[in-house]
Parts: sequence; C-alpha cells; structure tokens
Amino acid sequence: MAMSPENKHPVKAFGWAARDSSGHLSPFKLSRRITGEKDVTFKVLYCGICHSDLHNVKNEWGKTSYPVVPGHEIVGVVTEVGTKVTKFKVGDKVGVGCMVGSCHSCANCKDHLENYCPKMILTYGAKYYDGTTTYGGYSDIMVSDEHFVIKIPDNVPLDGAAPLLCAGITVYSPLKYYELDKVGTHLGVVGLGGLGHMAVKFAKAMGLKVTVISTSPNKKKEAMDHLGADAFLVSRNTEEMELAMGTMDGIIDTVSAVHALLPLIGLLKSNGKLVMVGAPEKPLELLAFPLLMGRKMVGGSCIGGIKETQEMIDFAAKHNIVADIELIPMDYVNTAMERLLKADVKYRFVIDIANSLKPF
Amino acid sequence: MAKSPDQEHPHKAFGWAARDKSGLLSPFHFSRRENGDEDVTIKILFCGVCHSDLHIAKNEWGFTNYPIVPGHEIVGTVMNVGSNVKKFKVGERVGVGVLVGSCKKCENCQQDLENYCPQPIFTYNSHYTDGTKTYGGYSDTIVVDERYVLRFPDNLPSEGGAPLLCAGITVYSPMKYYGMTEPGKHLGVAGLGGLGHVAVKMGKAFGLKVTVISSSPKKEAEAIEKLGADSFLLTSDPTKMKAALGTMDYIIDTVSAVHPLLPLLSLLKLNGKLVTVGLPDKPLELPIFPLVLGRKLVGGSDVGGMKETQEMLDFCAKHGITADVEVIQMDYINTAMERLAKSDVRYRFVIDVASSLSQ
Repeated sequence: MAMSPENKHPVKAFGWAARDSSGHLSPFKLSRRITGEKDVTFKVLYCGICHSDLHNVKNEWGKTSYPVVPGHEIVGVVTEVGTKVTKFKVGDKVGVGCMVGSCHSCANCKDHLENYCPKMILTYGAKYYDGTTTYGGYSDIMVSDEHFVIKIPDNVPLDGAAPLLCAGITVYSPLKYYELDKVGTHLGVVGLGGLGHMAVKFAKAMGLKVTVISTSPNKKKEAMDHLGADAFLVSRNTEEMELAMGTMDGIIDTVSAVHALLPLIGLLKSNGKLVMVGAPEKPLELLAFPLLMGRKMVGGSCIGGIKETQEMIDFAAKHNIVADIELIPMDYVNTAMERLLKADVKYRFVIDIANSLKPF
Repeated sequence: MAKSPDQEHPHKAFGWAARDKSGLLSPFHFSRRENGDEDVTIKILFCGVCHSDLHIAKNEWGFTNYPIVPGHEIVGTVMNVGSNVKKFKVGERVGVGVLVGSCKKCENCQQDLENYCPQPIFTYNSHYTDGTKTYGGYSDTIVVDERYVLRFPDNLPSEGGAPLLCAGITVYSPMKYYGMTEPGKHLGVAGLGGLGHVAVKMGKAFGLKVTVISSSPKKEAEAIEKLGADSFLLTSDPTKMKAALGTMDYIIDTVSAVHPLLPLLSLLKLNGKLVTVGLPDKPLELPIFPLVLGRKLVGGSDVGGMKETQEMLDFCAKHGITADVEVIQMDYINTAMERLAKSDVRYRFVIDVASSLSQ
C-alpha cells in the first residue's frame, strides 16, 4: 500500500498544499528525508509566492500532480548538515530556488547550467532521485542537496531576499547572457510585477538607463520615484510608443499573457534584443520584416544555474537589492493568490513561515 | 512637368522593366546620371535574378513604384571614374549589390553597417539623393557612388559570383554576426534555393557540419552529393525530425513562405540560434515556451554592409565558393520568373546582360 506523504520519510513536517485544481491551499502533513551525507537541512523562515505557484496549484500548465506544496523562493537557517557537506554549517542563512536536483553529468550541468539539464528536478511537484515527490517551501523544514543551496550573506534582509531565488535570477541571468548589462545600455522592462520590479533594480545597479513599459499609467510614479526607472511608457499610448521607437538596446519582457510583440520590436534600436522571461501559453505573432530590417532578435531565458544564482545573490547583497514585498501570515495565502491573480501586490507576497505556519 | 525616364539624365540607358503588378518585364528606355566626382560608371555584364526581384515586380510587399528595373546582383566593368574615386580604375571588374546609397552620417553608416541605415537607397525602386528613381541591373549600364561598389576578386567568375552580391552576403553576414562559424558545430539550412545553397557552401567552408532541412525529397541527392551537405532532413518525415531534435547549434532559415517555426526551434540545442533571412509577407507564429526553456533565440538579418560584402567576396574567392547558376538571355526573363515562383531553378538565374540585352 502506498505510503501517505506524512509517512514517506522519517522526519515529520507540515505545510500547506493544494489538493485539486481549485488551487485552494490548506494545512497538510508531510515528511522530510533524514539529512543525507550531502544534504543541508534548514528551518524555513520565509517563502516567496511566485506567479508560477499560482499556475501550478490551478494546474494551468496541465502537469500538476496533487497534492502539491508550492514554494521555490525559500529562505531559512541551517539546522543540520550531512557529513560530506563542505559549504555550509549550522546557523548559516541559506536559500533554495526552483531546483533541488540534476544529473550532474550532462554538458549543461558541467557548464553550471543545471536549469537546462534535461533531468533537472524541480523543488516541488517533481520526482526526486529516490522516487518520492518533492514538496516546496510553504512548509516548515527543507532538506536539500548542498549543491542546490545558496548562501545568503549576513547583511541581506531575509524576507526581501526570498524572491531573488526565482524572480531575481530569472531577470539577472538574461541581462548577463544577452549582454544587456553594460553601463549606459538603454533597457526596457515590460510589465511591472515580481519580475519587472527586480529587473528595474538590477538594471539600475548595473548602470543602465531603464524605461518601464506598462499598460497601467498608475504605476508610473512608483516606477520612477520608488524603483528608480528613468522613464515610463504606457504601451497603449501610441504617440508615446512612436516617439520611443528605435531607442532601446534591449527589452526584458516579463508579461505572461498573450500580447503584441511588434510594438516592442519597434522600440528596439538596430541589433536590439527582446528577451522573453514570461511564457505566454499560445504562440505570438512575429513579423519578419521588422526583425530583419534592424537585425533584431527575440530570445528566451529560464531562471539560471546555481553558480549564477549565487553570483546574483552576492551582487544583490553588494548593491543592497532586495524585492519589495508584502509579508503575510500563512493563513492569508489563499487571499494572496486571489490578489496575485489581479496583480494586486507591490510586488511579491512573502509568507512569514516561521512566525505563522503552525502545526496541527 | 515631370521628365520621362529617358530624359531625366544625360546618358541614355536601356533595360527591362515591370510596369504593373503582373510583374511582366519588357524593354524600357531610361537614362543614367552624369558620372559625379564620387561615381563609377559600370557596363553591366551579368545580373542575378533574386527572388526579391520577383516579389517587387509583382508588388507583393506593397511598396513598388512602377515602372521598375529590377536587379541587385550586378557584375560589370568600370567605364568611367569620378575625380575623387580612389578605389577603382577603368577596366576593372566590379559588383553592385542591394544598396547604392545611405546617409553616411548615422551610427550604422559609420560602423560599416550601411544596410541598417534608416535612410537606405536601394539599387532599384528607391529615390536617389537627387530625387530621381533608382533603376537596377537588368540594364546596360549603372552609375554608382564608389562607396557602394565592390571589387570583384580575379579568380571569382562573373556568372557564379553575381548572386553572391545579394544571396551570398544575406547568409554570410548573419553567420558571422550570430557566431555561426565555430568549426565542428552543427548548422541547419532550411530551404534549398538561392540563399540556402550558398549557405551550405559557406557552412562547409567554415568547417561546420551542415544539414539541409527541406520539404522536397528530390533535393536530397543534390544537397549531399553536389553541395557537400553532411545530411538531409525531410520536414515531412516525423521519425527523422524526432531523431534530430536538439541536435543543431544554429539554423539559417531561408524560406520565404509562411511556415511553422516550432519544428525548427525544436531542432536546436540549448542556446541554439534560429536566424531568419527569408521574408514571408504574413506574420509567423512564434511559440515562446521553447525559447524560454531552451534559452534559444530567433534573429533576423538583412544583407550586409559594404565592408562585410567585400570581405564575403574575398572569402568566397579564397574558398572557391560560387553560386550554382543557370545563365539566361534577357528575353527569357519572364519565363525565368515563372520558374522561380515554382522554385524551378538550380539555384539562381543569371542574366547574360552584355550578350543579350539589345535595343
């Protein structure tokens, strides 16, 4: 007879899970494995709510296996390390992002691109090496292979650091890969949500000129006064958009809804790069002429490897970059999900796990 | 009152023009400007027939200004040079491609990227700096600013070299820009026509493994035996397409009809690059998930600047790369256009202008 989640492993744990495609989360008993020789066990303090969590709990991508305990922006304090662990000790502040395993032998893994490993294991909703289901950070304890644990420098506020583990790396990685990180580069950021606001902060720290492109005029003041953007374009304002044509070296597009690419391609200078980090489910229209006439490109990117994630955290620490968050208790999570659906958050919910996730 | 084409300029010229969107070409009298200080006057020997000539002759892109004299793959000999001309002398063999002018002042022009100047002057169907229309290489002479004239290497034959001036640079430039030249890497070439066959030859010269991706099974033997491709992938064979998933570092997509991008994106490895150089007149569908999950990109490219076009000609001369051509007489041009519309040519028509263009 199949073991229930709370008996699968020897160490009792608890969290909140979604049990069906309503996406409604509620208390859930689970268990964690014993700290293996290469494992790091940590008490979860905070976990960010990523929009992917919402997509997953509602089975919007058709791949969800219930029950699912979401959460892949996890921060905590180390309570135990395995005998072969070299990089961490008890008491260290650590984080885990979207991955907890990979094959370690393919070309991608060897190039520190575990996020592109064909056998990459997601932090929740996936099968671990031992065949058991992975459960994410809406829970009290995490046990993770040392390789996939990120060290959080002491001066970084942990609650604001949690979203860096997914939102942060998702925008940092393409800025580097597509070479949009050079001082003086003019970067457009489409969409001002969890990903978008992080892109603005990183880009400003890299010395870029940043223009936010948004459908919501009421985000302008925040974008410029609070986040430090240099300019703001309302995408439905055709005059503004026309004036800005051919002015940007690159654009990070964080929007996951289906939307028009043509106006964005028009904003690019020649040799400009439009980088998609949101993933609309349906294909978007691509007109060949504008792409060719300016030697422009549309590329994608998906989180980042572990080495680069650590580099990103260290960069954020150096430049005092954290996410703008709304800290919530665990039992607010369903309301938070409803608000997230309406983009009603500045700009990431973070669950105060340690202070509000109570066993039952 | 506007002057007629044959009176606009002092020197009589003769060519074949399309006068309406039937695209049918017929004899046309016009004129060429006086050879200015920076100009080179060229007697045209050969001119390649580019698929763009067909698109524009039939106004398929909606911006044709009739009458037009097409032709932007021009090889000829210098008959006259202006007083400031440094690079050429009378008697030399030269080429003219897609551009005969640009603003010369913008960042792109200053970086030898005249092809991306916001004010390009195309060899035909454009307006020159003096406001007159430009007429292309299906004609007996042309007068061009020295900057936009290419030196034709001695060992490059005129007939096989002419198509390099558009087809050649169209594939060479993105191969360099997008870094598709690392020996040992795997290049896919989608479409085996004027652009595609040159891409195969250049790919082999760069030391790449080359797979031709095509919907026509009858092109396989040629691709492998004559053009030197390492393999051939039939897009309508699901087993073969599946086996080729995630095997290519780059793909040059030369197909101008609307076609699905997803199968091509799936052939790319992680970080793979799909460069599109064909110009479908309707939008393509771009699936985003494969780009994000594989960090892939789709990029465009449009001919090349003058410096790079010269570099490409020299590269081709060095590696013995020429286009495979069918040389035709001027009065065959309408039949050639019909055959081109059906891709019935291996792989470029080239008009023997000097021998066959008579008044």
